[in-house]
Amino acid sequence: MKPLRTIPLWPAVRHLLLIAGAVVLLAPFIWMISTASKPPEEVFSSELHLIPHHFALWDNLKIAFAKANLWRFLLNGVIVTVSIFVLQVLIALPAAYALAKLRFLGRDALFALILFGILIPPQATAIPVFLLLHKLDLLDSYAALVLPFTISVFGIFLMRQFFKSVPDDLVDAARMDGISEFGIVWRVMLPAAIPAVTAFGIFSVVAHWNDYFWPLIVLNSEQLRTPPLAVAHFRNNEAGTNYGPLMAAAMVIIAPLLIAFLLAQRRFIEGITLTGIK
Amino acid sequence: MASIELSAIRKSFDGTEILRGVDLRIEDGEFISLVGPSGCGKSTLLRVIAGLEPQSAGEVRIDGVSADGIRPSARNLAMVFQSYALYPHLSAFDNIAVPLRMRRLSAIERLPLVGALLPSRRRKERCIRDDVARVADQLEIAHLIGRKPAQLSGGQRQRIAVGRAIVRQPVAFLFDEPLSNLDAKLRVHMRAELAQLHRRLNTTFVYVTHDQAEAMTMSSRIAVMIGGELVQVGTPTDIYDNPRDIRVAEFVGSPKINILPGQICDDGRIEALGVLLRLTSSAASGACRIGVRPERIDLGSGPFTGYVVHAENMGSEAFLHLAVDGSDARLVARIDDPRRLPPIATPVSFGFAMDAVRAFNAEGKRIEVDSEHIERVRERAIV
Ligand SMILES: Nc1ncnc2c1ncn2[C@@H]1O[C@H](COP(=O)(O)OP(=O)(O)OP(=O)(O)O)[C@@H](O)[C@H]1O
Ligand SMILES: [Mg+2]
Repeated sequence: MKPLRTIPLWPAVRHLLLIAGAVVLLAPFIWMISTASKPPEEVFSSELHLIPHHFALWDNLKIAFAKANLWRFLLNGVIVTVSIFVLQVLIALPAAYALAKLRFLGRDALFALILFGILIPPQATAIPVFLLLHKLDLLDSYAALVLPFTISVFGIFLMRQFFKSVPDDLVDAARMDGISEFGIVWRVMLPAAIPAVTAFGIFSVVAHWNDYFWPLIVLNSEQLRTPPLAVAHFRNNEAGTNYGPLMAAAMVIIAPLLIAFLLAQRRFIEGITLTGIK
Repeated sequence: MASIELSAIRKSFDGTEILRGVDLRIEDGEFISLVGPSGCGKSTLLRVIAGLEPQSAGEVRIDGVSADGIRPSARNLAMVFQSYALYPHLSAFDNIAVPLRMRRLSAIERLPLVGALLPSRRRKERCIRDDVARVADQLEIAHLIGRKPAQLSGGQRQRIAVGRAIVRQPVAFLFDEPLSNLDAKLRVHMRAELAQLHRRLNTTFVYVTHDQAEAMTMSSRIAVMIGGELVQVGTPTDIYDNPRDIRVAEFVGSPKINILPGQICDDGRIEALGVLLRLTSSAASGACRIGVRPERIDLGSGPFTGYVVHAENMGSEAFLHLAVDGSDARLVARIDDPRRLPPIATPVSFGFAMDAVRAFNAEGKRIEVDSEHIERVRERAIV
């Protein structure tokens, strides 16, 4: 017979701590789902309960979709985040390739500057960029949402670190085979770096899908709104905030991210642990 | 097929000179090996020939035409890398097809989706498929053609890399230690295969290795590079028997040549380990070094005495490590029959024939020695 006390103390404590952390992180989400499933009377009742007495998720979703053009906002989110990501990749990969594999004067100084760029918070440059977009007459357009983010310093850094692990011989072999330098970026480096690109894609898409600050500044038109703005829209309704539909809408806009992450999860983990090609 | 001429090639990295003026003429269809210790600049020279690295000074001429400023792919050379450098995301077939696609398809035909629809692309693809299949048959890799590099063994990857090199029929092949990642048995096998490949293709091969056995067995000429300079270029026999420099003598041959401290006396006679040899030299008197290959040491008789400190039995032959009496020199002697191996600490006497001696001066340069002169004096004395 096995003795009963087989659970060692330290792993048990460790797991308890982790579970506590997970609960803290998950609580807002659980509360969101709970609120989204409650009818208005229950949302405003003084007693706290997690499981709604009367399940009203479908009603809340219906109200949310009726009140605002959620599909349109989701589409805006997709257009903006995908454009940003594609442009970021188009710019970051060649830049990262040059920084990792080409030898030219001032390369290390340039890379140091790029690292420095990571330290600058986007809010610091918000006003100059806003004025620039104003001068170009691009405010209140998709371009205003996309252009300021096309050069991702973090993306260049991440891809450069990954490209460093690609053997030089592979690049030289490609040159012997007649592939041009840009061809090497897209035909040799990109396929080798898919995990890193996926990881970067998740960072980028999550950041810009959830971005509230920048769209709030540059947008006026309702039809250009991105998902976070759309959710905020539920708040300042004449009849007071309607939390049930608001939370239901919040669930709707988070869902695409969750699904995307679950699909790309394995690649994502591979990417941030930066396992290069052997 | 092409000849390659290197004249006064120099290359520096960040102020340190790696290649110090390399002159070499590689003949059309020749199999030349570039050997030398690690870090001497062999790979760098190969990369200069390939155009992957611009030289700091000097000129590369391929078939008499200066290759300066010509892109690597336009030089029409093929290179096989030590790490094979196969594209990890492509199948073996696609790896071999890449150089053909890059040459034969236009930029539009190479586009991922649009290109596949073009009828001209389909025609050319069929042609490429035939060429790849032909090479795969030659190298006996037809059954591996659908696999990714990660699903292949080292030897199989090596073949795919060779396939990628030969498929576009380059004017010369550059090999950078292609066998050094294989185990010993496979290495010997691939050695024979590469030599056969050279005979069949009859194309110029430039083969970099730090394994002198590979160089000796495969090449028609060997160029020994040490410290960024070509110290000697010659046939394998010439390099082995007739080294012009002590570093060449020491680098080529396994086990290493025995080097004994020696002296050139004022009258031109040479002594080694304090024993007067029947040799004279016209070189300036002073310290010198005497080289004798292990297989030229005769055990059992001779003017030197010592004892056995270590024995290596290789099965077909054996090597005895000897300590020499009255000197801290160690030497290695070969015994053809390992069954006659004397036990450790056995005292032995030994000597060597005078034509086995290669003498080098204090700078390590070869000095000519003369044995007939003394013989003749003695003959005359007997008569
Ligand atoms: N890109 C580079 N930048 C700076 N130094 C370099 C570079 N490439 C090579 N070197 C230096 O040049 C020297 C010769 O290198 P090389 O690769 O030609 O040696 P090798 O003879 O091929 O040696 P091995 O047998 O180990 O492959 C080395 O000391 C190396 O550090
Ligand atoms: Mg090398």
